[in-house]
Amino acid sequence: MNPFHYSKPDSVQDAVHLAGPASRFIAGGTNLLDLMKENVTRPEHLIDITGLPLREVSETARGGLMIGALVSNADLAWHPLIEQRYPLLSQAILAGASPQLRNMASTGGNLLQRTRCYYFYDASVPCNKREPGSGCPARDGLNRIHAIFGASAQCVATHPSDMCVALAALEAVVHVQGRGGARSIEFADFHRLPGEAPERDNQLADDELITAIELPAAGFADCSHYLKIRDRASYAFALVSVAAALKVVGPIIREARLVLGGVAHKPWRDKAVESWLTGKAPSRETFTAAADTLLQNAEPLEHNAFKVKLARRAIVRALSDAAQGGQPDE
Amino acid sequence: MNNFTQPLGQPLDRVDGQLKVTGQARYAGEFTEEGLLHGSVVSSNIASGRVVRIDASKALALPGVIAIIDHTNRSKIASYDEPYEDADSAEGSPFRPLYNDRVLYSGQPLALVVADNLELARYAGSLVVIEYETAEHQTDLLKLQGEAREAPVDLPKPRGHFQEEFAGAAISLDLNYSTPIEHHNPMEPHASTVLYQGDGSLHIHDKTQGTQNCQSYVQKVFGLEKQHVRIFAAYVGGAFGSGLRPQYQLVLAVMAALSLKRSVRVTLTRQQMFTFGYRPRTLQRLQIGAAANGRLLAIAHTAIGQTSRFEDFTEHVVEWSGMLYHCDNVQLTYKLLPLDVFTPLDMRAPGAALGLIGLECALDEMACALAIDPLQLRLINFAERNQNEDKPYSSKALRECYAQGAKRFGWEQRNAEPRSMRQGRQLVGWGMAGGVWEAMQQKASAKARLDHHGKLTVSSATTDIGTGTYTVMTQIAAQASGVSVKDVTFILGDSSLPTAPLQGGSFTVSSVGTAVQQACEALKEKLLAVARQTSAAFAGVTAEQAVFEEGHLTFGEARVALAALARDSGEEAIEVQVDAEPDKKREAYATATHSAVFVEVLVDEDLGIVKVNRVVSAIAAGRVVNPKMARSQILGGVVWGIGMALHEETQTDHALGRHMNHNLAEYHIPVNADIGDIDVLFVEEHDEIVNALGSKGVGEIGIVGVAAAVANAIYHATGTRVRDFPITLDKLL
Amino acid sequence: MSATTPDAAQPSFARLPLGLTLNGQERQLEILPWTTLLDLLREQLDLVGTKKGCDHGQCGACTVLLNGKRVNACLTLAVMCDGADLVTVEGLANGEELHPMQRAFIKHDAFQCGYCTPGQICSAVGLANEGRAQTSEQIREGMSGNLCRCGAYNNIRDAIEEALPACMQGVGQGGGQ
Repeated sequence: MNPFHYSKPDSVQDAVHLAGPASRFIAGGTNLLDLMKENVTRPEHLIDITGLPLREVSETARGGLMIGALVSNADLAWHPLIEQRYPLLSQAILAGASPQLRNMASTGGNLLQRTRCYYFYDASVPCNKREPGSGCPARDGLNRIHAIFGASAQCVATHPSDMCVALAALEAVVHVQGRGGARSIEFADFHRLPGEAPERDNQLADDELITAIELPAAGFADCSHYLKIRDRASYAFALVSVAAALKVVGPIIREARLVLGGVAHKPWRDKAVESWLTGKAPSRETFTAAADTLLQNAEPLEHNAFKVKLARRAIVRALSDAAQGGQPDE
Repeated sequence: MNNFTQPLGQPLDRVDGQLKVTGQARYAGEFTEEGLLHGSVVSSNIASGRVVRIDASKALALPGVIAIIDHTNRSKIASYDEPYEDADSAEGSPFRPLYNDRVLYSGQPLALVVADNLELARYAGSLVVIEYETAEHQTDLLKLQGEAREAPVDLPKPRGHFQEEFAGAAISLDLNYSTPIEHHNPMEPHASTVLYQGDGSLHIHDKTQGTQNCQSYVQKVFGLEKQHVRIFAAYVGGAFGSGLRPQYQLVLAVMAALSLKRSVRVTLTRQQMFTFGYRPRTLQRLQIGAAANGRLLAIAHTAIGQTSRFEDFTEHVVEWSGMLYHCDNVQLTYKLLPLDVFTPLDMRAPGAALGLIGLECALDEMACALAIDPLQLRLINFAERNQNEDKPYSSKALRECYAQGAKRFGWEQRNAEPRSMRQGRQLVGWGMAGGVWEAMQQKASAKARLDHHGKLTVSSATTDIGTGTYTVMTQIAAQASGVSVKDVTFILGDSSLPTAPLQGGSFTVSSVGTAVQQACEALKEKLLAVARQTSAAFAGVTAEQAVFEEGHLTFGEARVALAALARDSGEEAIEVQVDAEPDKKREAYATATHSAVFVEVLVDEDLGIVKVNRVVSAIAAGRVVNPKMARSQILGGVVWGIGMALHEETQTDHALGRHMNHNLAEYHIPVNADIGDIDVLFVEEHDEIVNALGSKGVGEIGIVGVAAAVANAIYHATGTRVRDFPITLDKLL
Repeated sequence: MSATTPDAAQPSFARLPLGLTLNGQERQLEILPWTTLLDLLREQLDLVGTKKGCDHGQCGACTVLLNGKRVNACLTLAVMCDGADLVTVEGLANGEELHPMQRAFIKHDAFQCGYCTPGQICSAVGLANEGRAQTSEQIREGMSGNLCRCGAYNNIRDAIEEALPACMQGVGQGGGQ
């Protein structure tokens, strides 16, 4: 990797004042250092934020949880309040990466993972995300792992996180702080679609630091399920994943959340389908109809048409398991 | 006799185990000395063309960067093909690193940055700018298969009348299979540490399966005296074939060391582990005809493999289809297609791991078409002789593999109907396949030395790539010498030791083991001669009468410590060296290891996710020297077979002519969670012909047939026949 | 450490101080900011037991125990380990007495070439410290961050299953004390 300046501020204020276009914050480093070693990213300045007081998980007045950005993925997945109230999030985190990486990776950093597109990762070939304007060989190349929703002519990459799929389903709020002050961003708005500027993955400004993730009170602990489908049994990125959460009262779905991972540049949530599910009975027919609706606008590439079929079946499976109380029925 | 435990056949722990679990075993890239320089390889990103210019100015400007070596400023290397040929060369003109401006494949090394630390070398490498003149390239075997030409190999001549019998068979099947490029990816990346000695000679720690192969290569390529090049490989972090040929990091490290007169280490990155040899992509066609009673009437196996533009890599892909089953009408064809890629390289069970996918899947398809149990079909067509060579087998306990494997697995409970077995959401499938690998033996030498303390040191220039060579040679030496295991040390991994062949092809026990055995036998003769001279009690004792056990020579009541004989000899130690070669009696026989593999898969009916739930692998490999280590070899082979069936595939972007999933996150090898229960059983097989040990080697046989057995189980579970490997879940939706 | 204003054009090659406990010993080192923990161990301290298999967090061969937790040393900046308690494979045994996990690996032949082994063993000790895996199924998943190309997975599971009780009783927490 390239030489860089290293700073370790001890307050959020100092951290954001150090930040600029050529700097990066580092916490777990699991993706940033990986990218730096591949020369995909070459920051001139690393700002080590591990000394900041962002490690608390605390209850909010609104009945939710505030998760400090530096809480590790492992600590979060195994936090008693997460396991009890947000099992969907716990499952999603544990489906990702490896135990070692989950010990290192931070909550905030997980949101900033970059795509696993082969072309993005190989600095010796063109990629619009890495080098705007250089082209997208994936569009007509090896695109089995790429997007079926929301892609653009410039970029067909997918977002690799599992945790973010669950956070999208839980309608988390991202708290950030920049030099101009703090703001909060709805999870659905945090990540971008590639459009004309695939180099930008999210809405953060250069000087903005994620300080916390807030979970609303509704955790769907009774009826939720995270299903991840990948090319090997563990330690692989999702081909398709589904976060499904339901509130079922008597014979009727009162509220539904349905978000797909591995299919778009961001966690792919379809609120229209969620609304459609509301008021229906939780049955295989209902879930199949929901899946069909969600997938009717999919735009597969040459090698990833299977994702449409797979996602359809995965949605039905995940919703069914969620309706059964979240435990897969083996 | 007495309660003395015979070392051969004991499940001894690895003698190098303690060093490996404590992190004390040093691998090629882990030797150091004051002032060691580090090299970082800069690779091409085009598949064909020429280097116009290499601008290293930014890299050279960094303090601590010592040199940038490329084709314009490299030291002199040989200019004919012969010096570049090695013990595992393919036909053609071997690749010459940094030889000239030509780019032959994407990922080719084009420059070496040498710096005083590793991080700096890698960073400086990223600043080197290479300007190319790009030429057209071709990398797609599937697209260009029509241009393939006959491979330069001697295949068994066609026998019988394939066309007529195939046309007239009750059932005839014409099936196409394909297998992808796979890379060896040993956990230890390839590395060479060249320690530049005061006299200008080189001590090189190299990741290799052949210390002497590398020694002779370096000597010839750089025009050095033989005694000025010594190669060490005490520990090798896996290889699976990747270390059979000298790899380019060795040339680059030597080049730098010689020009700078300094010690240099070059370690490849994981990405660069995808820039040399690999298991080639193949397209296979199986035409197979059978009578209604299951007798195979006709087999034709055609394989097309890819190779580079500069060498014709060949392996035994189709031969097995002429020998595993009795069939009088056989036609074998093997073609190659040169592409703008690097030359393929032998990889665990080269050829057989591929060809048996075609053959054993086709047999399963035939069994289904005939409505005969797949195991029964194999028994009906059991081959008593190797028809390719028209020879009997020295031993062949394959029937016992079938029988014992089937029993252990519970095969008789199988419902032949696809999709007939289920566990909740999972479809259950049972499949099987057979395996075969040639039991070879090469010339090898070994030295045995017994000192005044009764310690026996045996040595040979072989390696231990994880196979357990240190341990099994210790056992063979102990058995043959009568010295206790604890007093035996086996030394390997040094080119200055007695000659050993490459470690590959499962012939190390057979070749080096025989040499070790013979050296120890010769040592005993010397010891007995000393005893006869120095002790009246042994004066007339013949070799047959003398008993060597537990470090002592005994004859009746007379007993003397071997250490005492060493002291009595008047020499510092008693030492013998022997050169062993395959026994002439092998020539009248075919020699092979065999296996029967039974697999249970669970397939998620909706999602296509396959889980290999359990495997029974029954092996016939002659005498097992160490059942613990042999079992580990088979376990590893089975895991590899599962990877071949379900996971492994190097993906090439043919527009760029470049492998794109060149990392361990996207080149999937099985992880722990992918592997279910594996039950290994060794059937008894007595063989006095293959070698005096009666042992055939187990490094390859474990993988052969496994991928086919998994595929057959998947068909049984789902009713879907996937012929394009690996069987990823998208192919089952 | 206080914040400094960087001069982007001239990254400083000045070494930074690093204090940590390494295998039970206090160490004061000086390192460059871009040195990973893995390269520090292997290249500067000659502790080559911690292996480099991929350098990208994709194989687990570099697994070490940082404050008792298993992490990939290849994706950890050494400078960020200031004040940490680090245990590598070289620090697991108690003198000549092997750690129970090391003994179990030998007994069950849980390795062949040995290159992934230090990472497997450190990872297994980390797994024991977490206290989350008891069954063979849980061990499989919990050890899936460590690739073994020799395919010793079944033996690795057997070794861990055997050694877990001893590890859970506090024998050899990998804390280096």
